[in-house]
Amino acid sequence: MSISSASIGASIQRPFFEVKDLNVRFETDDGIVQAVTGSTFSLEKGKTLGIVGESGSGKSVTSLAVLGLHRTRSNAKVTGEIWLDDQELVTATDEQVRKLRGGKMAMIFQDPLSAMHPYFTVGSQIVEAYSVHHPGVSKKVARERAIDMLARVGIPQPERRFNDYAHQFSGGMRQRAMIAMALVNDPALLIADEPTTALDVTVQAQILDLIRDLQEEFGSAVIMITHDLGVVAELADDVLVMYGGKVIEKGSALDVFRTPQHPYTWGLLGSMPRLDRDVRDRLTPVKGTPPSLINLPDGCAFNPRCPYAGRNGRRSFTEVPVLRDGGPGTGAGHLVACHLPAEDRTKIFQQEVLPNL
Amino acid sequence: MLAYIIRRLINAVVTLIVVTFVTFCVFFLVPKLTGSDPALLYVGKQADPVALAGIREKFGFNDPLIVQYGKFLKGIVAGRDYVTGADVTHCSAPCLGYSFKNSQEVWPLLIHALPVTFSLALGAAVLWVLMGVFFGVVSALRRGSIWDRSAMTVALAGVSLPIYFTGLLSLSIFVYWLGFANPGYTPFFDNPWQWFTGLLLPWITLAFLFAATYARLTRANMLETLGEDYIRTARAKGLRERTVIGKHGLRSGLTPLVTVFGLDLGALLGGAILTEAVYNLRGLGYFALNSIRSSDLPIILGVTLFAAGFIVIMNLIVDLLYGVIDPRVRLG
Repeated sequence: MSISSASIGASIQRPFFEVKDLNVRFETDDGIVQAVTGSTFSLEKGKTLGIVGESGSGKSVTSLAVLGLHRTRSNAKVTGEIWLDDQELVTATDEQVRKLRGGKMAMIFQDPLSAMHPYFTVGSQIVEAYSVHHPGVSKKVARERAIDMLARVGIPQPERRFNDYAHQFSGGMRQRAMIAMALVNDPALLIADEPTTALDVTVQAQILDLIRDLQEEFGSAVIMITHDLGVVAELADDVLVMYGGKVIEKGSALDVFRTPQHPYTWGLLGSMPRLDRDVRDRLTPVKGTPPSLINLPDGCAFNPRCPYAGRNGRRSFTEVPVLRDGGPGTGAGHLVACHLPAEDRTKIFQQEVLPNL
Repeated sequence: MLAYIIRRLINAVVTLIVVTFVTFCVFFLVPKLTGSDPALLYVGKQADPVALAGIREKFGFNDPLIVQYGKFLKGIVAGRDYVTGADVTHCSAPCLGYSFKNSQEVWPLLIHALPVTFSLALGAAVLWVLMGVFFGVVSALRRGSIWDRSAMTVALAGVSLPIYFTGLLSLSIFVYWLGFANPGYTPFFDNPWQWFTGLLLPWITLAFLFAATYARLTRANMLETLGEDYIRTARAKGLRERTVIGKHGLRSGLTPLVTVFGLDLGALLGGAILTEAVYNLRGLGYFALNSIRSSDLPIILGVTLFAAGFIVIMNLIVDLLYGVIDPRVRLG
């Protein structure tokens, strides 16, 4: 593609997908919503990155920024760098980004019923996605491609279902169709925004399997956005934990699950129901509610909910912790943004948190 | 789909029968209840008792209401003879009554007035839909801009200014001041150009009123639609913005307008009383106004039934159309 040639100036080898110091803010009547602050991460082809966090932690806003979907909102301001296959997306023109959208990078949305147009057949919506990136392809070919995709994602009788509307599909089938629509152009980067949230547990597993199979088949890089740590454990190679619009912990899935460093991550792990636990034991939820992005707490955004805030004097309330190496006992590239000294974290996790998980 | 159509058709017929009955009751029962004699309205104030008795017999005013209604319904289906002794007045089917003030059957009188009302309503409808949708969409896309605010201010004026104001204003500016020809109705097939020019001013005046409402409706619908998840999906697919708006946005943004449009057009087809009065166009509205002035009950009844009929028919069309444009309706 000729567009990317201009940006191949740097001699360093970039990761396939890289986000550097991404900031997204919205100017609203109530004030400035700082939705994402200084988010940095990267992803190679064939790998899966899990982004975890509560609602309003900036997960979805990050993914929409990657696709350039904030461009249509006049009150959104996106800064930083987003590199996809040596092309920078924040500074690219609308038309350049539009051409990548749905082609090289695609997205699976959360609620497939509202994410599909109610007045167009599912088939025609997939055809539309294919045709816009394959100008000149005949209707017949596009239709065959769409039916083929419906079959690939496991929809029975794809030729018949092609002409059905979204409301005529079951929840699981609808999500499959959504996935077919996202994958119709063999995207190199696939962002799945809570793809299983609206589904039955049995269907969830099928959809996750499907995404994994298709990833192996297409070799795509996948970003899996979720608040469900089970999904991350199932799929992700790397994990990003977000809180209040910031990345607060980052590392390989193995490290983050084995030696989680941030009290918020501990909280998330503690909120996960487990079958192998005594029924009498209660889950340990994270106390309180996610912070308002208009008015973040001073210091560490997590301090009002953190049981360990205040162990370092006033630091948690005055100083924003930076994302840095987790210290001894953590794997390479395992980063955390917490004021607690590394030894304390290890001790607290081993003695207080782990026994309750 | 067929079952849906049949269900709606039955619905429409039942509605019409109920409307005829209620209208009939109002127009034939109310004079009785208030103590005035309907026969008096037919012959004038100074009628002698013999003539009055004759009229009562001829129109069956002595019969119980339900018998009168039965005769009225029968008249619509099979025609009807009004008889006193040797004096027979025939009213052929569909007989909506006989106006003795005009010595005319009501049905042909109204049918004759239809082309005027139809021309007025349909021409205005085309104009107001085009204008309303255009201004509404542009305002929605540029929400908060100068364009949006001024369009919506003009729209507010359009909604609030009555026809007899805008109509008379347009007449005094264009006809009396600028010297354009007086608006009037020429049958389309006699002279299409004169038909067009004669109705242009009434169209614009009438359309202004409705376009304002439609612009506001379109704007609100479009804003709602553009915030929907499936619009985000359309963008995420990499569709061009004009496809996103023009296809995905308009398709759902304009669908609710169909209902409103059907009702508005139905109501207008029953006669745009004010517009017809201002521009002296002899459509259904003109007859409605005149017959009310002269207490010509059969014509009032006829116009009312026509108006109700149009609304019911337009509603039926809207319902059927919804089965086509909204795939989710078909299952229901």
